[in-house]
Amino acid sequence: MTWDTIANIMIGGVLTGLVYALMALGLSVIFGVIKVVNFAHGEMMALAMYAAFVIFSTYGLDPLLATPIIAGGLFLIGYIMQRALVAPFVTRPEHEQFILLLAVAILLVNGLLLIFGPDAQSVMVEYGFDSFEVGPLILDKVKVYAAAASIAVALSLLLFFKYTRTGKAIRACSDNLRGAQVVGLNIKNLYALTFGLGAACVGAAGCLLSMLVDITPMLAPELTLLAFIIVIIGGLGSLSGALLGGVLIGASEALAGLLITPSMKSLFSFGLLILVLAIRPQGLLGKRSS
Amino acid sequence: MTNKPTKGVSTPISRRTFAKGMAIGTAALASPFSIIGSANAAKPLKIGVLSPESGFFAREGQACRRGYELAGPMLADMGMPVEMMFADTESSADKARTAAEKLINEGAHILVGAFVSGHTMAIAQVAEQKGIPHIINIAAAPQITKQGYKYVFRNFATGPMLIKNGFGLIKDLFKATGTTPKTAVFMHVNDTFGKAMAGGVKALAPRMDLPFKIVETIAYDPKAKDLSVEIAKAKSTKADILLPASHGPDAIMMVREMVKQRWEPMGIMTPGAPGTYDQAFFKTLQRFSEYVMANVPWMDPNLDMTKTLASGFAKKYPKNMMELNVGFSFEATLIAADAYKRAGSSNPDQLAAALRETNITNHVMVGGPIQFNKEGQNVNIKSTTLQNLDRKPTVVLPAGSAEAKPVFPMPGWRDAKRK
Repeated sequence: MTWDTIANIMIGGVLTGLVYALMALGLSVIFGVIKVVNFAHGEMMALAMYAAFVIFSTYGLDPLLATPIIAGGLFLIGYIMQRALVAPFVTRPEHEQFILLLAVAILLVNGLLLIFGPDAQSVMVEYGFDSFEVGPLILDKVKVYAAAASIAVALSLLLFFKYTRTGKAIRACSDNLRGAQVVGLNIKNLYALTFGLGAACVGAAGCLLSMLVDITPMLAPELTLLAFIIVIIGGLGSLSGALLGGVLIGASEALAGLLITPSMKSLFSFGLLILVLAIRPQGLLGKRSS
Repeated sequence: MTNKPTKGVSTPISRRTFAKGMAIGTAALASPFSIIGSANAAKPLKIGVLSPESGFFAREGQACRRGYELAGPMLADMGMPVEMMFADTESSADKARTAAEKLINEGAHILVGAFVSGHTMAIAQVAEQKGIPHIINIAAAPQITKQGYKYVFRNFATGPMLIKNGFGLIKDLFKATGTTPKTAVFMHVNDTFGKAMAGGVKALAPRMDLPFKIVETIAYDPKAKDLSVEIAKAKSTKADILLPASHGPDAIMMVREMVKQRWEPMGIMTPGAPGTYDQAFFKTLQRFSEYVMANVPWMDPNLDMTKTLASGFAKKYPKNMMELNVGFSFEATLIAADAYKRAGSSNPDQLAAALRETNITNHVMVGGPIQFNKEGQNVNIKSTTLQNLDRKPTVVLPAGSAEAKPVFPMPGWRDAKRK
């Protein structure tokens, strides 16, 4: 096998990993602030993928251009969902939160099955079969665009948290909830905003992923699992950890396919997960709990 | 006051009652149809139909269901009414097992299904344990009919049969086109079906005097969302042809990735797997679906029963394409109804005995009469070479059944011939 082949495979893995990272970023944002694990994460992503499919097949709008619309829609859904459903469960035991979000996940998958059926749907953009040729490298055009959009969304989110007043307020809730309450921050609203932002991330990721993989409702639980693997590897609650985890999973799966056998790709992800849990339980960039 | 029979005491029979009973009995015996026969005619055979109607194999499962749904009225017209009891295996072997048990408990006389080899094996075990006949519509893993089962019958080619027929046709293709590739890469889905195909290729390729060498075998995850790594590996072998053993969605992913990575082998030809002639394959890949070949069993368009089935299909499912899943699913119910007619009973042992004696010459798929050997396998199933031409799977080999001439090597992905 030539170096060109190896480089092509590795770059492809990293590009896919970046889209995965955006999905995991949403999960990490929600947990980092609200301390609720969104077990309906993959299902919300499937919802976004179907939204991209409907918009594309009805209006012919490229998912890249539809990303802000779908992310906005998911933000609203996330905001309302937090205020109406999740908020009463924030202080309840974890197993009750788990059951609640699992129920949401089941409802979403079955709703999608009911509306769209079990058949795989695909979003075939005009450039869906094209690639960039850079010297000996052949880069999948869709993956390059999706990865670039993913980086842009992730960067915007990080900047939002670092430089805006609302972003700083959300971080304050995460760092010291009591302190945030004392200074009079509207915790309920900030929690709902955070959940909305997490959902928007997953909405954008779903929109981008719809160009890369075929869409079926049954994809949702797999995506939830994938998001969990990524955030656990990167560190639950760590935004940069989620990005690193996504890229690592994408690259390691590609490497496993290359060096061992492609049918062992998933095994490699789980192997990496076990390794991280054994050596650094808080994840690669996660903070050790006191 | 009415005369009710008292428990434990026999009721005396009057002369009039006895005479009336004798008259009815004699009339019944004299009738060309026995009372048992009449009861059977009133009670159609209950067929428990198992297909993956949701989940990963939903598309194929729903195609199978179309075949079953067409079979009901067609068989009724042929004087063989049946009652279908549908169950969804949800693309899971565990669900398939549970669904089979449920159908038997609800009164199914016979089971039919279930497209995926792994699911079919689970159903066959249940059928054998409960002593209920099971007719396999589609499933190629050879081990299913190697277990010494008495109630399992398969009207589909085994993996080795598919490969043997497929490789035979591939050799014919090279002769017909005067082009002989030297190397091939074999890519297979890593599930029961794919492994059976891989085992068959490994065992049969050296014995079949193939003109090409298989330089690499690549197995991929049945639930893979992306085949970029797999195709990059295959491309790096610089093989002349690709031999895929896929299902449906993975066949689309495979070709899509080949186009993106600009890998243009001389041909893509499955030795006996589905996926490349599905409606979704054409719809998704459009011009890139052209010239792909599949060596698989197919409907014989010249047979009357096929024509009736095709006409019924076109009326009921105008938006869908009739393919082998429909044909084999229809035939599975035909076999069940035929056995019931000959057995004259829904007794499972009598049905199984009748199935062993099956000899159906008028059917829809290419090949000889439907007959089962001692293992319950129909050995008369033949394959054809289908090539996608003008968005339609077209028979190009054997020459006797060909609708068009084969195109090999296939034009490049950006060639103007692809429209």
